[in-house]
Amino acid sequence: MASRVYDCLALIGARITENRDFLTDLDREIGDADHGANMARGFAAVVEKVPRDNPDIGAALKKTGMTLLSTVGGASGPLYGTAYMEAAKVLSGCETLTAQGFAEALSAAVAGIQKRGKSVRGEKTMLDALIPALEAYTARIDAGGSLPDALDDACAAADEGVAYTRTIAATKGRASYLGERSIGHQDPGATSAAITLGAIRDFIKE
Amino acid sequence: MVGIVIVSHSRKIAEGAKDLAEQVASASGRIVAAGGLEDGEIGTDAVMISEAIRAADGGDGVVVLADLGSGIMSAEVAMELLEDEKIDVRLADAPVVEGAVAAAVEAACGSPIGEVLRAAEEARSARKLC
Repeated sequence: MASRVYDCLALIGARITENRDFLTDLDREIGDADHGANMARGFAAVVEKVPRDNPDIGAALKKTGMTLLSTVGGASGPLYGTAYMEAAKVLSGCETLTAQGFAEALSAAVAGIQKRGKSVRGEKTMLDALIPALEAYTARIDAGGSLPDALDDACAAADEGVAYTRTIAATKGRASYLGERSIGHQDPGATSAAITLGAIRDFIKE
Repeated sequence: MVGIVIVSHSRKIAEGAKDLAEQVASASGRIVAAGGLEDGEIGTDAVMISEAIRAADGGDGVVVLADLGSGIMSAEVAMELLEDEKIDVRLADAPVVEGAVAAAVEAACGSPIGEVLRAAEEARSARKLC
């Protein structure tokens, strides 16, 4: 039987794949029209290469990160690859996910993306979904909320963050060549980050 | 000889720059191309780059040249993957083709890694039309 973490990664992969054309269309408007295809290719390799039956969450996330580094190709490869590998360090040896464990893993992932991309909030990137999600998540668990409740808040904040990316100009990555012309377009990386969090939330709550 | 790794989103660009650098510098063996994905698609692969760095190192260290945006990010990840190995790796802030040629000439002279890195980075400001 497949481990819980494998099934969760498979659900993330399925959601990314369902949204492949949507993500690529968003990327066609302000980027190089490959985000959906790149991420779908990466997760197709993830579900093939991550061992199905190893319950160690950290080990599965590390393999996911290494696989994304090799197979995604665009900027999202080193960015998501780093995110999963940083989360893996936090959850190494864990077989169950606690509310606090997810907070620490998400925090490490976000810090990894910031360092790798030399980016901050407000630059029309995946961080505009992930940083508000992390803040909403930690606020809810600090107030005594459960893992599913905190994930609900994180997803709502991520979706708001995605909407916010429509209102700002890109200053990082390929879209920054467009400058002000990128306003009005939703960021594909923020969108795939929100899709990822949504899949994790749905998996935990099912 | 200091090793040189050439990173590009395109396998053909990386291999072509390697061929050119080897020809101009009359050097071979320590210049390694790491372009594209394993299946030849456009992209960069941090794991492939880390293996190229390992292959290029003969004990004198390795200078890495990379093309656009995520080429730099993947090269940085590759360097982190090798953190536990005692390889002196430096990422050059340099144009891939001109930098690789300049670095290869310097490396073929037997210069230390700092000089090879400097030669690559000086290629950034070399005028072509005087």
